[in-house]
Amino acid sequence: MTNHWADIKNADVVLVMGGNPAEAHPCGFKWVIEAKIKNKARLIVVDPRFTRTAAVADKFAQLRPGTDIAFLGGVIRYLLENDLIQKEYVRSYTNAAFLLDGKFGFDDGLFTGYDEAKRSYDKASWAYQVDKDGQAKVDPTLQDPSCVYQAMKRHYARYTPELVERVTGVPAAEFIEIAKLIGSTSATNKVMTSLYALGWTQHTVGSQNIRCIAMIQLLLGNMGLPGGGVNALRGHSNIQGLTDLGVMSHLLPGYLGLPTEKEPDLKTYLEKRTPKAVRPGQMNYLQNTPKFFVSLLKAFYGAEATKENDFHFDWLPKNDKTYDILATFELMYQGKINGYFCQGFNPLASVPDKGKLIPALSKLKFMVVIDPLVTETSTFWKNHGEFNEVDSKAIQTEVFRLPATCFAEEDGSLTNSSRQLQWHWKAAEPPGEARPDIDVMAGIFLALRELYKKEGGTFPDPIVKLPWGYAKPGAPSPEEVAREVNGKALADIPDPKDKTKTLAKEGEQLATFAHLQADGSTSAGCWIYTGSWTQNGNQMARREAADPTGLGNTPGWAWSWPANRRILYNRASADPAGKAWDAKRKYITWNGKKWVGPDVPDFKVDSPPEEGMSPFIMTNEGVGRLFALGGMAEGPFPEHYEPFETPLSSNPFSPKGGGKTLSNPAARVYKGDREKFGLAAEFPFVATTYRLTEHFHFWTKHTRIAAVLQPEAFAEIGEELASLRGIKNGDRVVIKSKRGAIKVKALVTKRIHALKIEGKDVHTVGLPIHWGYEGLTKPGHLTNTLTPFVGDANIQTPEFKAFLVDVQKA
Amino acid sequence: MAVTRRQFMKVTAGGLAGTSLVALGFSPARALAEVRQFKLARTSETRNTCPYCSVGCGIILYGLGDKAKNAHTEIIHVEGDPDHPVNRGTLCPKGASLLDFIHSPNRLKYPEYRGPGETEWKRVSWDFALSRIARLMKDDRDKNFLQKSGDVTVNRWTSVAFLAASASSNESGYMTNKVIRAMGMTALDNQARV
Amino acid sequence: MALMSLDVLQQSASTSTPPQARTTLEVAKLIDISRCIGCKACQSACMEWNDLRDEVGVTEGFYTNPPDLSDQSWTLMRFNEQVIYGRLQWLILKDGCYHCEDPGCLKACPAPGAILQYANGIVDFQQEHCIGCGYCTAGCPFNVPRLSGKDSKVYKCTLCSDRIAVGLEPACVKACPTGAIGFGSKEDMLFQAEHRLVDLVERGFAKAAIYDPKGVGGTHVVLVLPHGDRPEAYGLPANPRVGPVLQAWRSGLARAAGVATMFAVLAAGILHYMRHGPLEVPPEGDQEVKP
Repeated sequence: MTNHWADIKNADVVLVMGGNPAEAHPCGFKWVIEAKIKNKARLIVVDPRFTRTAAVADKFAQLRPGTDIAFLGGVIRYLLENDLIQKEYVRSYTNAAFLLDGKFGFDDGLFTGYDEAKRSYDKASWAYQVDKDGQAKVDPTLQDPSCVYQAMKRHYARYTPELVERVTGVPAAEFIEIAKLIGSTSATNKVMTSLYALGWTQHTVGSQNIRCIAMIQLLLGNMGLPGGGVNALRGHSNIQGLTDLGVMSHLLPGYLGLPTEKEPDLKTYLEKRTPKAVRPGQMNYLQNTPKFFVSLLKAFYGAEATKENDFHFDWLPKNDKTYDILATFELMYQGKINGYFCQGFNPLASVPDKGKLIPALSKLKFMVVIDPLVTETSTFWKNHGEFNEVDSKAIQTEVFRLPATCFAEEDGSLTNSSRQLQWHWKAAEPPGEARPDIDVMAGIFLALRELYKKEGGTFPDPIVKLPWGYAKPGAPSPEEVAREVNGKALADIPDPKDKTKTLAKEGEQLATFAHLQADGSTSAGCWIYTGSWTQNGNQMARREAADPTGLGNTPGWAWSWPANRRILYNRASADPAGKAWDAKRKYITWNGKKWVGPDVPDFKVDSPPEEGMSPFIMTNEGVGRLFALGGMAEGPFPEHYEPFETPLSSNPFSPKGGGKTLSNPAARVYKGDREKFGLAAEFPFVATTYRLTEHFHFWTKHTRIAAVLQPEAFAEIGEELASLRGIKNGDRVVIKSKRGAIKVKALVTKRIHALKIEGKDVHTVGLPIHWGYEGLTKPGHLTNTLTPFVGDANIQTPEFKAFLVDVQKA
Repeated sequence: MAVTRRQFMKVTAGGLAGTSLVALGFSPARALAEVRQFKLARTSETRNTCPYCSVGCGIILYGLGDKAKNAHTEIIHVEGDPDHPVNRGTLCPKGASLLDFIHSPNRLKYPEYRGPGETEWKRVSWDFALSRIARLMKDDRDKNFLQKSGDVTVNRWTSVAFLAASASSNESGYMTNKVIRAMGMTALDNQARV
Repeated sequence: MALMSLDVLQQSASTSTPPQARTTLEVAKLIDISRCIGCKACQSACMEWNDLRDEVGVTEGFYTNPPDLSDQSWTLMRFNEQVIYGRLQWLILKDGCYHCEDPGCLKACPAPGAILQYANGIVDFQQEHCIGCGYCTAGCPFNVPRLSGKDSKVYKCTLCSDRIAVGLEPACVKACPTGAIGFGSKEDMLFQAEHRLVDLVERGFAKAAIYDPKGVGGTHVVLVLPHGDRPEAYGLPANPRVGPVLQAWRSGLARAAGVATMFAVLAAGILHYMRHGPLEVPPEGDQEVKP
């Protein structure tokens, strides 16, 4: 979230699309209701189903799964055509005025630079025109045909309400009503917030769905303001934290990238990863990357990391390709993975195409499951009749199941989607011999280290020499680890403004990442978390609930990264001269000497407006990007592509592109998976999977009350589809995709209706995911028996939200 | 619960007599009102965070006993933390039934092991599990760890993969990252993608 | 809100007057259906607080689960899909005891002290005194109380009288994520409800209304209905009231008839004793009767 949960109450319009917060985040959704009641806000819901969020919406539109970009592109066109944009904001705070490289272009669904054989782009032409100093050229009048604003206008000219209707199924009149309401927030005294979650990300164009809303919010001037922003509601309780901490295949803590083999030494790595400013006078905050990165190596490797040995950059693995979860299961399927660890995760239920996962897991030599609960993954080798037909005796995998503690039995912090790190305390002893995850990891590591110490082996150094100064080696305390994550001074850090003073004395916890150094004199396990455990103690445990401004930002409650900032880009809440756009939402303003307000300014605090520093300090141009340069795999502007399984045979936005532009041209498809994509002739209905409010993924089927509230698997189908297939409410039905079939009960509803898409009726099938063959609920099939093994082109999030099925009475 | 015929007759007789006496204007003393006793009067309270979704609601765990040395704390109730600025004491249906997660019959209690081709779990000790896992890891790492690709130092281990939790604490996440990367593993991922 | 002492206002099958000298605050729960997202947090919190666990059932094609109120489910979300004025509405009702001012259950109950009405408005069942006759279920105009198969006693929402007695709000109220359930003095709740109507009318719900039915003397669970002209669409009775038979049951005539019957039975009993001697209860240890 750029903003935070309680801030939603400051909105005038709430757009819920790609999410269902009333069901998936009910306690956060209260702030939408608060906005409605206290702020007269209007709630717009656009979704493939009339959800429980829609039940309290002012406007609802049902769209076909996988057509969000068609809808949002239509909104962008509507805003530009009707001049419903916040012009001064767009001119000053976005790259609308930047001139594009003459070679950049777009034709028939493809941007310049496409290589069909590699399914990827050469992005050289997706660039700004630069002068001889490498600085980008701009036209503040926005009239130059090569400026981003004009290019964007041309690009979205095709996204007319009529085409939006033909592709999404939302009647043009309804679409215009919603676009108009969204456009109303281009006024400086109106703000819209966007709330989304996996409804936008679980598509092969997932990242571009998010790009769309970022562009819309920039055009409307809604970024950086209370009640605005682009707000990823996120899924699990600490998915934000685990991502912040870089527990992903391509990351290291603090969004520093894991080096690739093209960055074999520290110097090359830092040169490639440290951006250079492309406009004069901009902060380009990531120029500090070397400080963050070296401090990380010092946190990992301690005294072993020295300037002379490049802080043991060589100890980090260098990627040759991505090892995301889909890639990993593909490798496993190919027999190239021998061991697999699942920590608090149930991939057999969460990764697409169960029919591929079982043979993949069966090829493992060993698997280790660390979990507080029974999972289907841990018993994949057991025969569960029709739900899991396997021959246990043929599966040679050694399986370990290690009991972990749950939240109630340990101390520690979780980071919520508002970027708030909140400390929690242990209340009881764990059951039986369950151990905290930290202890389990320490136990595995120390056992392995013991073997390397005893026997030697391949490259033992990083294992044998990894500093391990925890008081109890087998059970490092959460406090010790949290202090390490925050970081400390390894020597006195002189104050550059006054050499007689120090920013921090040797051994002290650091107060802010602004004090980090690139010379090895500081350590920080995750630079964006520096400030969470300072000399003043555990900032994450703060419980001051006061809200002095009434805006809901409670600065004394827990601790938000970065720097306890509650709203990101908050400098943009003021106009270029430093005055609030809207007196009612006065947030960060210039007082003549510095930037002040109820939040930590996201800016150089003493840079006067006339210096011209722009508010988006994390980009090297200082402004928000309407045009994404080379950041995205499939193009600098979002373009509509159909899901990989689609009821259409050509893309109505690029009919001449043929099969090449039907679906995302840059998405990765493995051999064997493409053959398992179904066609509309055989699988005529569009399915989408989702969560229900009564359950949390595959955990709560183990809790009695949740099992009572939603006991058994079902599929939601509209009345038209039900009568087409002769299905009555409560009947057992078989849902079949090219990859497999599941049996569930039918829930026939008025809340899903048939859509007219390119002149044909298209029916949507809703599939809640929560059941399986373990748990207190009625045993059922895992829904991902049906889902396709293909992900988003940028980050490989699987396409769970749009695929083809058939439905028959069982 | 089973009721014996004797009890049943007594109850019925009492009921009849009661009705009749009341009709005459008597109100039996045993009909005094009593609400159910408040069950949290002396429980211990611990601040915690709901482990389910990313709203991060504040919760209070109510434990039986006052944490005296001889009292084994059993959590008997979970309720929203009214001070928390986001949930303000509220909880969703999952959060409101967290008690049933803590005490789920499907909680794992001890390490288990399933050998190749076996059809059932065996209970094992932590020592057995950790040393066997370390042995399997080391054998694979020694065999498949790649130090150089051409003349570039890559120091990576791609044949064992790790899928990290998404509801464990930041501290366990950091610890996981630190030791897994120290081993050289590249295929480390979490639930952010799915 | 002041700490409730839960003084008793009236009790079933009893003519004595409970102490009335103290004045206590009348409380109410306000259910604003326009804010309800049907998340069932109230159901969950109710089960958890009251130590109830209903059976894990099956899905029959409805979001409503379990299918009905029971001795283990004192509150239930009922989901209704309706097209009103051409617009699809998902009407969600949090069903349960409405805590009538004039409670039909209490009127119908023949067991002394099995049903109480506290001075704050709560209607509470005292299972210790319940004889399992089920009259209350017939007397309730909302079809709320449920007889338990386990102990032949009747259960329903207590409005968390145990929490209110120590100054807390009911469990469902506290849990409700969107504030669709509120709790306070009845006066405040009605004031808030009126305020909500203004907003609803502005959003196009011209017939929005407060549901506080007069036929039962008003309720201590008050609802804001966006479609106030059609409570039946939510599954609510349009005009709930205590039946005429029940009214008669509590009249002086019925009491006189009751006394006459009692003396007749007494006389018959004496006659029976004189003829056959005492009626023996069979000895302990006979076969168990499982209700």
